Amino acid sequence: MSKIHIPTPLRQYVGKQAAVEVTGATVAEAMNALVAQHPDLRKHLYTDDGKLRAFVNLYVNDEDIRYLDKEATALQKGDNISIVPSIAGGQA
Amino acid sequence: MATTTEIPVTLNKDEILRYSRHLIMPEVGMEGQQKLKAARVLCIGTGGLGSPLALYLTAAGVGTLGLVDFDVVDYTNLQRQIIHSTADVGRKKLDSAVDSLKAINPFVNLRTFDTKLSSANALELFREFDIIADGTDNFPTRYLVNDACVLTGKPNVYGSIFRFEGQASVFATKEGPCYRCLYPEPPPPGLVPSCAEGGVLGILPGLVGVMQATEVIKLILGVGEPLIGRLLLVDALGMKFRELKLRKNPDCPACGTHPTVTRLIDYNEFCGIRGEEKPVGNGVPEIEVEDLKRRLDAKDDLFVLDVREPHEYQICNLGGYLIPLNDLPRRVNELDSSREIVVHCKMGGRSAKAVAFLQQSGFRKVSNLAGGITAWADRVDPRVPKY
Repeated sequence: MSKIHIPTPLRQYVGKQAAVEVTGATVAEAMNALVAQHPDLRKHLYTDDGKLRAFVNLYVNDEDIRYLDKEATALQKGDNISIVPSIAGGQA
Repeated sequence: MATTTEIPVTLNKDEILRYSRHLIMPEVGMEGQQKLKAARVLCIGTGGLGSPLALYLTAAGVGTLGLVDFDVVDYTNLQRQIIHSTADVGRKKLDSAVDSLKAINPFVNLRTFDTKLSSANALELFREFDIIADGTDNFPTRYLVNDACVLTGKPNVYGSIFRFEGQASVFATKEGPCYRCLYPEPPPPGLVPSCAEGGVLGILPGLVGVMQATEVIKLILGVGEPLIGRLLLVDALGMKFRELKLRKNPDCPACGTHPTVTRLIDYNEFCGIRGEEKPVGNGVPEIEVEDLKRRLDAKDDLFVLDVREPHEYQICNLGGYLIPLNDLPRRVNELDSSREIVVHCKMGGRSAKAVAFLQQSGFRKVSNLAGGITAWADRVDPRVPKY
């Protein structure tokens, strides 16, 4: 099981949880499990052709997946996945 | 990273006494305080983040502090923009900020720029300072500041907030990443709500802004470990701090090995914003507040549906039936589709989405109250509080 940390702007789509436990051997599997459980989340994270949106970054523990194996990055038990979208406060 | 000036800067007796708590620490000392005095820092924005930034940098004795802001103090700012006070409502933020800062430390040279930072003025402006502290509130300016920092070789001390979460880092140093290494593209407009819609815990920009001020001071003094290549994430509710590694992206369009950003661009276009933002009207049928009033007074059989949150209903309401927007799919069977339904929220955005949803669910007699309860307070009944 890995824990996916949900950033504030997206918590409304996961029943207000700050973190969701999912199973998955890779980041792709874990994220698929997440959006399968919470379908409203999908369009905020992924484009229509299934790509992760450019203003969203995924981290496994403290490393950006772009510098690991991207969505094929393997997960160990207890790993933390962070979804980090860009925020700018104030007047968006 | 220390400042570049070669001219030795001296402290007079008053300054030595004023900064004594800095001077007696080996990490600062006379040499450090002189570096602070020689430093030129530009604060973009004197609002939520800019307030603690400017206040603490002034107190610390930064020699030259530039302030960029074109805005006017609004009553709703006072909950978090602590450089401004009640008497300043309606004044230019720059004037209000200067008064507060001069009162704290008359030795700081304040330079004010009553302008909107833009591609036309940013490069020239940044060249006159050593460090840029970004306290802005919108994506186009974030990208502008980043690109201008990369092009002028100035570090960008970054902080951003949303509700009760914040981010802080130092971008655009020579070896470190820039903002575009992290976020090559902005979110489409409307996808991330603003403070006016999402709200913000008043203390949050205080927490993050002081972190920015700390990083500015560390860069000037050349002490400690700055947040270069590190993204600090703050969750104020859990009081949890996490750190993520940021890498310089060799393919970054701004700071990579083959940069494609060689000049400043139209950032509004880049962020997909054209012209003035209007409240979201997605083509659903609308009713104006005056018409609603007239029809309610005439005792027409209208069902008013309020899709705001319960805590908003407590602030003010039109006596509508409350189903928060996110609960609507689950509770739609509480509504009678044979009746005429007028849907409202605070400003008309959420209710427009609700109307679209109801139409898709087969409701034929449903319309959106344009401008929401805010428009009602403005044009029909001024006794209704605005928030």
